[in-house]
Amino acid sequence: MENHVDVSMRVNGSAVTRRIEARMNLVDFLREELGLTGSHVGCEHGVCGACTVRVDGRIVRGCLTVAAQADGSDVWTIEGLSDTGEIRALQDAFVERNALQCGYCTPGMLLTAAELLERSPDASRAEIRRFISGNYCRCTGYEAIVDAIEMARGRGDPS
Amino acid sequence: MTDLIADRWILDRPNSYIGRSVPRPNAPRLAEGRGTFVDDIELGKRAGHAAFVRSPHAHAHMRSIDIEAAKAAPGVIAVVTGRELAEIHDPWVGVLTHLEGLTSAPQHALPLDTATWQGEAVVAVVAESRAKAEDAAELVAIDWEVLPAVTDAATALDADTPVIHESLGDNLAWRRNANFGDVDAAYAEADHVVEETFVFARHTGVCVEPRAILADWNPAEEQLTVWHNTQCPHMIQNILATHYRLDEHRVRVVARDVGGSFGIKVHTYADEIATAGLSILLKRPVKFVADRMESFVSDIHARDHSVKGKIAVRSDGTILAFEIDALTGIGPYSMYPRTSGIEANQIVNLMGGPYAFDHYRAQATVVFQNKNMMCQYRAVGHPIKCAVTEGLVDAAARATGLDPAEFRRRNLRADDSYPCRSAQGLPFENLSHQESLAKLLEAMDYEGRKAERDALREQGVYRGIGLASFIEVTNPSAMFYGVGGARISAQDGATMRLDAKGNVFVATGATEQGQGMEAVISQVAATAVGVPPDRLKIVTGDTDHTPYGGGTWASRAAGIGGEAVAQAGRALREQILRAAATMLQEDAANLDVRDGVVVDAATGTERIGLDEIGRICYYRPDTLPDGFQSELVATRHYVPRKYPFAFTNGVQASYLEVDVDTGFITLLDHWCIEDCGTVINPLLVDEQIRGGVVQGLGGALWEECVYDPDGQMLNANMADYLVPMAAELPDMKCGHVESPTAESDLGAKGAGEAGTCGAPAAVMNALNDALAPLGARPLTDMPFTPRKVLRALGRI
Repeated sequence: MENHVDVSMRVNGSAVTRRIEARMNLVDFLREELGLTGSHVGCEHGVCGACTVRVDGRIVRGCLTVAAQADGSDVWTIEGLSDTGEIRALQDAFVERNALQCGYCTPGMLLTAAELLERSPDASRAEIRRFISGNYCRCTGYEAIVDAIEMARGRGDPS
Repeated sequence: MTDLIADRWILDRPNSYIGRSVPRPNAPRLAEGRGTFVDDIELGKRAGHAAFVRSPHAHAHMRSIDIEAAKAAPGVIAVVTGRELAEIHDPWVGVLTHLEGLTSAPQHALPLDTATWQGEAVVAVVAESRAKAEDAAELVAIDWEVLPAVTDAATALDADTPVIHESLGDNLAWRRNANFGDVDAAYAEADHVVEETFVFARHTGVCVEPRAILADWNPAEEQLTVWHNTQCPHMIQNILATHYRLDEHRVRVVARDVGGSFGIKVHTYADEIATAGLSILLKRPVKFVADRMESFVSDIHARDHSVKGKIAVRSDGTILAFEIDALTGIGPYSMYPRTSGIEANQIVNLMGGPYAFDHYRAQATVVFQNKNMMCQYRAVGHPIKCAVTEGLVDAAARATGLDPAEFRRRNLRADDSYPCRSAQGLPFENLSHQESLAKLLEAMDYEGRKAERDALREQGVYRGIGLASFIEVTNPSAMFYGVGGARISAQDGATMRLDAKGNVFVATGATEQGQGMEAVISQVAATAVGVPPDRLKIVTGDTDHTPYGGGTWASRAAGIGGEAVAQAGRALREQILRAAATMLQEDAANLDVRDGVVVDAATGTERIGLDEIGRICYYRPDTLPDGFQSELVATRHYVPRKYPFAFTNGVQASYLEVDVDTGFITLLDHWCIEDCGTVINPLLVDEQIRGGVVQGLGGALWEECVYDPDGQMLNANMADYLVPMAAELPDMKCGHVESPTAESDLGAKGAGEAGTCGAPAAVMNALNDALAPLGARPLTDMPFTPRKVLRALGRI
């Protein structure tokens, strides 16, 4: 078991402990160990952003973060943020504006958008485009996503 | 061509949802991360995870395969070679009889002894986890004899080039020659004959969700259940059954959420077929999810064309003739079952489509090569034929001294000239090129943009305006694949059922890939029956539970699947009204269903709710008259018959700026006016256009599968293969003209591919407009990288 490690962290508000292979990355840990399949795997080399999750208040790439790095951390995924209602206005705006098509990039995009609105609530359209430019979306062409983020901002989200 | 008279009843229904931006019923769960993609499905601890050993060589013979070390690795369930898998399946050959002369070699799920492209799966490893399968795959030892690789399409047919498949005799997959009118006479008559060569790089779909399949063979039931992110569940059902020698009812294909497809997920991938075979061999579930590196070297590539084009015009701008000579390399096999001849065929068929001209000559040559396979990707052939046509049109406009917009206005088919046939003989039902162009020029303030462009040139700022008119194939009939022998359904079915509480269940053979098909189905169903959309339950993507259908491809789901739903909904409404008439002792003709309630058709007065009809029909049929049996399930099917395709049309414009010192191109604005007939959901149509435009922009500016001369793909990762990202893109303006098809009552044509069709041509023409005052030769070699721009300017 020399290749295994014990990890403990809070995920979506609940304490979890697992013994895992040391090489397991965070998004695989969330998906395979905890069944949190809302975070998606798109490239496994840190480019597409589909695996974006929040660790200790900042978004990270779940595929570039080894799960053991998150030991002791406070991790939030799309499931938890949906349940608390924290990003409800963003989600509603995405649905209303059809800022998602296949929905595969959407959880990562929403977490990225939430961080943008927290950091820069007055971001211009160009700044929104720049901030989400680390998240692939192959369906929308991004314009609807930019619109939805602007719409959500007008509604006071996130808290 | 027969004149068609459609019954537009569905557009006249009270409380119609057609033409409204109704939200998508499946969007909220996707926005909460509660979708069900293939990799989200777990079938317990017995499930195996497949990884494939892939060929590191473009062309190589396997002298021997040593799997012993891999078999002994921790967690490994099985290591399977092509020869072992070949015992339980039959190979396939990707040909269609109506592409006369198209040939290919038999392809197995895993090759028997020779790999023919870098990235081809050659040995399968199944283990307890994907990570363990990958570990073990590294232990498979193959003694490779590297063979010469055929990579350059231009020399693939040369006498001294090795032949990839000896049984075929040469590397020619297909050649098509077409000749209409008298091109040579047109050249003699013309004032200008302009020639240009256009090059289109290989690129690929890059679905953010990779290809994935989870197969579960239950030998006791003789049942193969496959969860697959396919666009075509019924096609895959047929293929798995055929090639694993099963009856079709032994195979169930389920497609839940699909994370983008764009044509990538409409094909028969050998590694996916192999995964189903692994489940049969091992009698347990086996999952395969491609990783990103695998995706780049095994998802189909597309475009890769070199096209010499000519246009002949009179000095007044009248187009007399087009001619093309096109060459493409498609990889080592023609893809099954749609074949890799369709892209070239579309180009031959659709060149010059928007314009009235009589003389046309074409040659298309399709060759095999040792690169990843090529096949249909969004807007198959269209970006190529559009860019060649529109590039030649701009070149002819320059030769005649006419403004590009005026040149088009003189040559675009007149809006009152339909029905008519193209120079190639394809029938056009009703298009709106002239109105679309007029609308575009107004929307973009064409004259204002030109003035701005000219003023900025004085200041050393180089901006360009590019136009591109287009036609697009949608709603294909059986003429597309069925006539060529492919078991691909052109028709679609819908079953609708009134449930006991008065809600309506809808099952459709059309499938959802994110384009919004479920919303479109809900709007049509709600309107046809007369219920609000929130009283519908929609089921798609399950061959056990939906009527037979083609799925999603060629912009068909709304126009064909939607029409089947319209007809099923009308039939269900008639059934409901018969039951209501019996209960109310009323003539059914005096009743209607509106907003979930049976009403007097004349006054709208409520008579009886659908919940009450459901309650009586299902629980108290004893209260109904003897001899009346309620039937509250209706199934209808639909396929276009009069026209092989419902052509759509449109025109795009690009406005961009070129930094002449760096070669960087900044997209400033993009417009698209298109005509997809009846617009069922304006928001969804616009977003299809925008998403499609951006994929077209990708091919024009960034995307390229770069190969070295040995057939190694050099940029098979997301960091090196560039796709459009948010920061590079402009906002896009969409507008519509509506010319409904009379083939269907709904009148909808497809909208999924028009954006991709026209965008590269518009950008190319804008780029060349920007560079024109600098004396640069027109750039016609996509993608237009900064290096190519600087070369054209003579800066490097």
